[in-house]
Formats: sequence, C-alpha cells, structure tokens
Amino acid sequence: MPLKLTINNVATTVDVTPDTPLLWVLRDVLNYTGTKYGCGMGLCGACTVLLDGRAVRSCITRVSAAEDKAITTIEGLSPDGLHPVQVAWEALDVPQCGYCQAGQIMTAAALLAQTPHPSDAEIDAAMSGNLCRCGTYPRIRQAIHEAANAAGAK
Amino acid sequence: MQQADLNEKIYGIQFSGGSANTPMGWEPMRRVGAAGRQLLIAAAAQTWGVPASECSTAHGKVMHAATGRSIGYGEIAPKAAALPPPALSSVKLKDPKDYTIIGHSQAGVDTHALVTGKPLFAIDVKLPGMLYASIERAPVFAGKVKTANVDAIKALPGVRHVLIIDGSIAPAAYIPWEPGMEAGVAIVADTWWQAQQARKQLKVDWDPGPGAAQSSEGFAKRAAELLQTPPSITVRTYGDVDSLLKSSPKVVEATYEYPFIAHATMEPQGATAHWKDGKLEMWTSSTLPIDGRGLIAKTLGIKEDDITTHMVRGGGSFGRRLQNDYAVEAAWISKQTGAPIKLLWSREDDIAHDPFRPGATVGLKGSLDARGKLTAWRHHLVTFGEGKNIATGGDMGPDSYPSPFAPAYALFTSVQPLTLRCGALRAPGDNAFCWVAQSFLDELAHEAGRDPLEFQLELLSNKPAPWTGVAVDVHEPTGQDVLIADRYKGVLELVAEKSGWAKRAKQPGRGMGIAAWFCHLGYFAEVADVSVDASGKVTVNHVWAAGDVGSQIINPQAAESMGFGGVIDGMSEMGQEITLAQGRGVVQSNFHNHPILRMKQVPPIEVYWRKTDYAPTGLGEPTLPPILPAVTNAIFAATGKRVRTLPLQKSGFSWA
Repeated sequence: MPLKLTINNVATTVDVTPDTPLLWVLRDVLNYTGTKYGCGMGLCGACTVLLDGRAVRSCITRVSAAEDKAITTIEGLSPDGLHPVQVAWEALDVPQCGYCQAGQIMTAAALLAQTPHPSDAEIDAAMSGNLCRCGTYPRIRQAIHEAANAAGAK
Repeated sequence: MQQADLNEKIYGIQFSGGSANTPMGWEPMRRVGAAGRQLLIAAAAQTWGVPASECSTAHGKVMHAATGRSIGYGEIAPKAAALPPPALSSVKLKDPKDYTIIGHSQAGVDTHALVTGKPLFAIDVKLPGMLYASIERAPVFAGKVKTANVDAIKALPGVRHVLIIDGSIAPAAYIPWEPGMEAGVAIVADTWWQAQQARKQLKVDWDPGPGAAQSSEGFAKRAAELLQTPPSITVRTYGDVDSLLKSSPKVVEATYEYPFIAHATMEPQGATAHWKDGKLEMWTSSTLPIDGRGLIAKTLGIKEDDITTHMVRGGGSFGRRLQNDYAVEAAWISKQTGAPIKLLWSREDDIAHDPFRPGATVGLKGSLDARGKLTAWRHHLVTFGEGKNIATGGDMGPDSYPSPFAPAYALFTSVQPLTLRCGALRAPGDNAFCWVAQSFLDELAHEAGRDPLEFQLELLSNKPAPWTGVAVDVHEPTGQDVLIADRYKGVLELVAEKSGWAKRAKQPGRGMGIAAWFCHLGYFAEVADVSVDASGKVTVNHVWAAGDVGSQIINPQAAESMGFGGVIDGMSEMGQEITLAQGRGVVQSNFHNHPILRMKQVPPIEVYWRKTDYAPTGLGEPTLPPILPAVTNAIFAATGKRVRTLPLQKSGFSWA
C-alpha cells in the first residue's frame, strides 16, 4: 500500500513495505542521497534527518513512522544552501572526507533551533551521537558557535 | 574542478597514500601553475600588442597597468591553450614571499557540495536499471561455500540473482596484499534493503578451512612462546648489545602488546560496475585504482583496455581504499548478471572483512649506565607471517627509532602464521611502533630518574650509527627518508615550550606525557594532559602538538584540521581491538564494539608549526603516532601504572 511522505515540503508517495527504514527509502527509492548510511544501528548519526524539526536516525526509523510528519533532509535544509550552519561549515572548511557531515549538520541545525546559543557542554551533549572518523569535532564545535553568533546577529 | 577518469598515460600515477601527495606534487604543481600563468600572459600580451614583461596577474585576471586593461583567465584561456607551452624546467617559480594562495587558508573544492548533500561519494552513484548487491562472506577468512539455500533466497521479495562466489584466496600462513576474492554468496535485488533482508534468510554450509583454528588466545599463547625462543630474523644489530645488557648497572625489561584493528571508514566499502557489450565501466573510490583495474582484468579474464574507471569520492580511506577487493566483487557480479550493479558492504561486513592493522607482541630490554644514560636497546618484534613474508603493516625496518641513535641496538623479528588479510592503516607500522618505542623510552627515563624530554634529547644528540640505506618507510617517494635529529629535537622543544612541560604540576590522578615520532617525512611531538579517576576512567584534558613538515604550511586551516584529526584518530585507536574466536572469525561487528571517539571525549588541541628549510611534506600520517604514547605516558605520570597492553581496557583503563 503506498505511503504518503512529505520531504523538504514536497508531498510524494512510495510503495515499500512499511518497516523499510526511512534511510533506504530516501536514498534508494527517492534519490535523496545526501543522507548517508554508516552503521544501520543508530550508532553513528550519518543518517540523521529531521522529523518535524527533531533530529532522528533514519536508519532505525521505519518509513511508516514518518508518515504525516515533515521530513527534512540535507538537500532541503535551506533552499540555497545558506542555512547558518551550512555557511559556518563552509567558512571553517569543516569537512575532511565529508561523509558524516550531512548528519552532523542536521543534528547541529536541530540543536540550534532548540538552543540558539549552546554552551560547549550542550554542543557535546547534542553532537555525541554523531561520529566523525576524520576527527573534525573541534571544527564542528567552532562552526556551531559561529552559526549561533551569525543567526543571533541577524 | 572535476576528477578525471583513470588514465595514467595522460596523468601519470593517480594515487593517494603515504602522505605522499604534498612531497610528490609540491614542485610539479607549482611548475604547472607558473607555466599556465606564463601562457595566459603571453596570450593577453599578443591580443593587446604589448610586451609580456609589462603584464601582470592577480585575482584570476591578466592586467596591463600602463593602459588599465585586464582580461579574465577564462576569457583568454582558449588562446593561451593554443600557444606552445614552455618547458616546465625553465619556468620562473614565484618567490614564497609573493604567495597569495599557498600559505593562505582555502576551503576544499567540494566543501559547498558536501554541506548541501550533493551526490559525490561511491555510495551515491546511480545508473539506469541499476541493481543492488550485498555479499555474505565466509566468516572465517579464506573459507569456502559448500552449499547454500540459493533457490529459497531467489524467491524472496525484490531478489533478482543469487550467486555463489567460489573465491580465489588460498588459505595460507601468509596472505599477500590483494589476495583475490573472498568466497561467499552474493544477493542482487531491486534495492539494497531487500538484498539485506534476504541475507537474513540465507543458510550457508561453510567449509571454514584451516583459518578456523585461529584465535586471539592462540596468537597470544604462541607469541609468548616465540618471545622465549631465539628470534628467526635478525633485522639489524650494532654494538655489543648482549654484553652491555649483562654489564650495565641498570637493565629494564618489558613486554608490550597491541591488537589488530580495523580501518572502519565512515563510508563502508562498495563500488558500482556496469558490464555491457564486452566492456566494463567502473565507479570506485579506490586510492590506487590502477591496481584495481589490473585485478579486475585478471579476475574477470578481460583486457585492461576494456575497462573504464571513473574515480569518485570515498568517505575516508586511512589506507583502506588502497586495496580494491570491493571493486573486483562489483565487477564480477555485473559480469555474471549483465546488469549495472552497486555493491555496498554493511558496517558489519566492513569491520569483519577489513584488511586489518596487524597486532604484535614486543619484548624489550634496555640498559642504563651509572649516569642514567641509555647504553643498549634490544627489540624483539613477534609479528605474523611465514618465513621472510611479513603481514602488511607488521614489518619493522632497520632504521626504526631509536635506531640508529641508541649506542648499541638489536632488532629481531619472529613470525607466526596468519590466515587473515592485513593492510595499510594510517601511518602503517608507525602507528604501533611509535607507541612501543616511545613508551619504553619513557620507562627508561623514569628508571634513570630523569626527565623523559631531557633523556630523549640526549639520545638524539648521540652520533648515529650509519643508516642502513633501507628507507625508514618504503612508501616514501622522494628518497628524503632519513631522520634528521635537529628536526626531531626541534618539535620536542617546541611542544615542551607550548605545553609548559618544565613547569608541569605533579598531582595524584593527573599527569602529562610527551612523545615524538618521525614518519612519512614529517616530525611530530605531542604532549597530553590527562586525569584518571579511581575506576581507571581517563579524561584527556588537553593536547599540544608541534609539527615540522618543512618550509611551508600550504593550507593553514586544513593543516591544523589534519593535526586535530591525527590526534583524535590516534586516541580512537587506543580503545579499539579486533579479536578472532576459534571457528567463528572476527568477533567485532559495529561501532559499539569497535568504537570511534565521540565529541564529548575530545580535548582542546593546539597545533604548532616549526618551519625549516626543507621541502614541504604531508600531514595525513605523521600527526597520528605520537598521541598514543603521549597519553599512556601521561597515564603513568598520573597513576604510576604503565600501560603495556592496548587497547586501554586490557590494562585496566578506559575513556571517560
């Protein structure tokens, strides 16, 4: 039975079994490949997307649980790639290999929506579910502060 | 800027590894840039009818100041491209004081695409009609498939093909680099998720082969025996080590052990292949794709000329993607099925079938004279292999520090069989040898009642024995591979100054450790400040790193990031291990039991540069090794307990 999804404000239907993880529907059925597979167990955060603004691990979220919710992926975080988090990420050249960064950015965006000026401890608490094998964590911390300041200055 | 396809006839070697891109590219890239600039000026000068000597360039434009004219590089490029290029050896290189790009932070060319989620990676490749493949490989390395419920799997939703892979790996006591295809069962389905679901229903009767007898306990037992047995290979000896070990007033003895670990790149392995009309097209993130093309041709029985290789971004390599096994698998499945195939390894596949960094057991003896000066060093490395063939990443060279600075030195190797694939992990060999050597030096310094920094600076002041002529690291392309004592001392002194080493506080439960290393042409010294609580939980409070990679830090922000990354990656390694269970293969499976450091565990890190008059060299590898002994030496300073076995949890410690 087709499922109705709203991804980045676009309504769509997919015909998959309801227990398929949202990650694989996004990547392989609907071609939103910005969201990445890293572990399949909710351990690494590479697959993070927003459901009604809340950061979730799409690899362990059944697609049926995303029905009637607003799904936001990295492709839809901002229309022009200029979300304050993306701007700060670019300014500080955060990515190394870059693979985990979509998940990092989505988690950071959810954090700042909730806590506009997080402390280091709040950043660590929010971001510690997102692994980075290259060790970009110090740059991520810096970029989140920078994004918070830029958003506050507007 | 776009990545070209594999074509060594046009581009020369297309390879990334060994921190070699900077030393290999530094001069050629500048010469190409200078030649391009010269051509652009010549074309603009011709167009304007003015002497080339009156033209200058800046910000992507050629300018003629006298007439106020300017033209963009893109606009004049077609004309410039039609001019005869100058000999690269004759072009004038810019004076470093005039650099406007080199030495100034530049964002990566893909950064914008990365932060907006563009499809850059191997996992993102999509072709019309593409099917997805997943492989259940023999759990015991070099095992074979006896039978599998192929027909039952074929009937499952979305499944198109189920293929038995016979594999081509001989279960020998030494497994070479790129040993061939692992045996297993490939499931090809409409989506990867369907292939993975079908895998859960797979019932395979395996013939595990001789590898089934292997276990980590067995390795440890045999290593302990070998340590008590005369070594089988003498790598290097000079000076009278045996008699000094007998006659010196103080002799220190210790055994160090470190485990196998996996690369675990954030993007698991995978590749896309399309076999059509006798030709093969590949999309792979290999960092040594020319080897991949050769292997694919050999495995599939096709000509290399019939293979086109598109090079796509990989989500981390750390040496893993120098090997091409996943690309061979994808190509083989595509040829068998005739369909475009995207193969993706699960995380569990990626950890259990990694080409591992080999573990080892090391027996050490060191002697001190009455003044507490090092007199002799005896090093017995018990690693894996057969005869003179040593597992990749397990082979220690004759010039590995403290050779040739120790007044008398002996390095021996013994091996035990290993039916398991090993590979090159970031700073291969050095990521472990540094930990052993710099930990034992710290032990000797404490035994001598001396400051570890001062003890090591004295060692580096010794007149070195002759270099053996065997490269410190065989991957070095430049030949500039001999440790220069002043550079090594320089980074030690710089990190000591920045960390306040001389004035460090001594208090129970908190301490600082120092270590340095030279590898891949780079020198790094690092200091860690750690706290250890009563239950052995280790918090790294702060890290200072000092590096010497020559005369020029090319991209300062990226270089500093590489420093952070090396430190964090090295800390991650301290908590990791891969173990083998008899008859079952690898025990670890995902990030819960092969962990990577999380943000909350990462200390503030300061990175400093000591600039010297040597050509710039790479940063991928030399940043990493010193952090391991810096932390364990700090744990000793904090607790009086010496970490001689990694991972930390095997020595009674763990990350807070």
